[in-house]
Amino acid sequence: MIAAAYPARQLPQPGPLPNDLQLTSTGQLRHLLTVEGLSRELVTEILDNAESFANMNEKAVKKVPLLRGKTIVNLFFEASTRTRTTFELAAKRLSADVLNINVSTSSATKGESLLDTLRNLEAMNVDMFVVRHQQSGAAHFMARHVEPGISVLNAGDGRHAHPTQALLDMFTIRRFKGDFTRLKIAIVGDILHSRVARSQIHALNILQAGEVRVVAPHSLLPAHVEDLGVHVFHNLEQGLRDIDVVIMLRLQRERMEHAHLPSEHEYFQLFGLTQRRLLAAKPDCLVMHPGPANRGVEIDSAVADGAQSVILQQVTFGIAVRMAVMSMVMGVRSA
Amino acid sequence: MSVLIENARVIDPVSGFDRVAPVCIQGSEILALGEIPDGFEPRRRIDASGRWLFPGLVDLSAHLREPGEEHKATIASETLAAARGGVTTLVVPPDTDPPVDSPAEVELISRRAEQACGVRVLAMGALTRALNGEQLAELAALKRAGVVAVSNAQCPLASPLVLRRAMEYAATFDLLVALSAQDAALAGSGCVHEGAVSTRLGLPGIPEAAETAALGMILALVEQTGARVHVNRLSTRRGAEMVAKARADGLPVSADVAAHQLFLTEMDAADFNPFCHVIPPLRTQRDREGLREAVARGEISAICSDHQPHESDSKLGPFAETRPGISALETLLPLTLRLVEDGLMTLPDALSRVTSGPAGILRLAGGHLTPGAAADFVLFDPDGRTDISPGTWLSAGTNTPFMGWSFSGHVSETWVAGRPAWTLPVEIAA
Repeated sequence: MIAAAYPARQLPQPGPLPNDLQLTSTGQLRHLLTVEGLSRELVTEILDNAESFANMNEKAVKKVPLLRGKTIVNLFFEASTRTRTTFELAAKRLSADVLNINVSTSSATKGESLLDTLRNLEAMNVDMFVVRHQQSGAAHFMARHVEPGISVLNAGDGRHAHPTQALLDMFTIRRFKGDFTRLKIAIVGDILHSRVARSQIHALNILQAGEVRVVAPHSLLPAHVEDLGVHVFHNLEQGLRDIDVVIMLRLQRERMEHAHLPSEHEYFQLFGLTQRRLLAAKPDCLVMHPGPANRGVEIDSAVADGAQSVILQQVTFGIAVRMAVMSMVMGVRSA
Repeated sequence: MSVLIENARVIDPVSGFDRVAPVCIQGSEILALGEIPDGFEPRRRIDASGRWLFPGLVDLSAHLREPGEEHKATIASETLAAARGGVTTLVVPPDTDPPVDSPAEVELISRRAEQACGVRVLAMGALTRALNGEQLAELAALKRAGVVAVSNAQCPLASPLVLRRAMEYAATFDLLVALSAQDAALAGSGCVHEGAVSTRLGLPGIPEAAETAALGMILALVEQTGARVHVNRLSTRRGAEMVAKARADGLPVSADVAAHQLFLTEMDAADFNPFCHVIPPLRTQRDREGLREAVARGEISAICSDHQPHESDSKLGPFAETRPGISALETLLPLTLRLVEDGLMTLPDALSRVTSGPAGILRLAGGHLTPGAAADFVLFDPDGRTDISPGTWLSAGTNTPFMGWSFSGHVSETWVAGRPAWTLPVEIAA
């Protein structure tokens, strides 16, 4: 009888990942691991769903019962404030129960493997994992090994992908600019280490943006970056010319330690966004930043707080986009 | 014991012998080939009609995990896998735990090998103490204990000066120095080739220059010291070209390549497949073609398995956290023969890259079929099939990206020193 209560499960087998890991056989979103490979229709559907949640978030009562009774685990192996709290708020506004686990101070430091952590949480009958991990491919690994019926949302894996950030950026651009096909967008800064940039580039190309540029010194660009579908610039003024949207990336302090750059000072001199530099772009150019911004390193305060900045709107829209994704992977629609 | 093997197609890549002929075995040696000496009274006769007989394979790089990592594999488990794959001589790198930096470890390995199925196991000694890259190990003592070469495995040397001194000291005893050409600083924390795939997956890459810069240093010091050097596991076209030029210039340099480098590319890791996590990494299609050409021309004179068996936990994790390496003893011969099917080289040439080629690098007596040579050979059925499947796999490590592949032909029997080390079970043969 005990055997019946505990059906034998297959031993986990390592191996390659199916291409369509994040979609069901009917093309519905099952996990969200990367933007790469999503169809234009599906991305548009996510943005449309987010639109209705964004309207709801402006009302006095900000809660719908779409995910009542569902349990969502925020599993963060890397520190995060903005992403974790907006995921948490999104889950709560959908009436789900939320568990926040900060693994960097937990059992992983005692040598527990990612798979064991996953198995233990699964044993508590959860419905969805929101995972951030320092290793590229970690969310794919989890999606491969979770029980059927559990969804995995990638909240950032190594340098690989940060799909909800890219989608909220697309949502922000669409809100302010509309049609992507006429837009020129520049992504400026540390492309090499940025999962945000990779996901943004995929999303912009899926939405058929007019032109996607990356602006950085050679030492902060990955090999063959142009294969992702971007034009490469090494000069900020040239890269900003006639641009509709500029996305600034955070520069990590440790880049100086590993000889990617000589100093923050020289970086700001060459690649920091100032009001004067912004004049090269179109007059109504949006200024975006995934946060947290290093003022005076990649962006001047006057620009970050200026009239063209939509940095705080990005945070607000992030909740709606995450609500849309969470409800879609659970197979429910917005009201 | 005396044995007569009749009616096999006997292929010896060294002498060019290739015809249906009898082979006479007396004790551990080949007594005669192509003729039956007067008065030879075999105790056993084998009718090998339809089968090929060629020298047993010599593998220049196979991790057997013993001593120290017996939870992954043992000398007993892996020598059996080797025999099944037609390999009769294995060379083990010194990065066991403890490393092979004194005669005691060499003796331990040979003792364990003697208790196993009979496949010959030869040790490489550590170039530096505990592979620390700083102080030389006692190379003369290691040579007396029987190491066939000295190597620092994949552990970096502290400086080019240590490498120079090590080469000079090894040259004193005419010891072969086997080196991995990968600059540790340029490779960094990389786990895939630096290129389009590493960019897309956001995995730290190992640039081509990690190999070519290290190789440039090695070749310059070979010229300086005159030491005999073998470069393990080339991975780039440019690296193969550098070795070819050095050989043409008369430097005492040789090189091998892992069989998987001739079939896979960075694209095979593009779905985070942990079985394609290997160091040096799988590189571009252009590199793969360059390596194949160098093998065909003989500039790379050996194909090795680079066997690295792992328990399944080692491959269960995000890509960069998985342990690199492929369990490869049982795919070395099938992949090498696939090169013949692909039209890259003739059968004797392909066989020489896994027999006389590597044996010549180590100056071993084996790797060929001549009267007086050790009776290490393979009986191979070219009409059979080898399906790589968990059901027939013998290595303790099942970490292979070739699972599910199917190859023409199968090994029927592998003989070492005049005795069968492995025979295909009847149910599989049928």
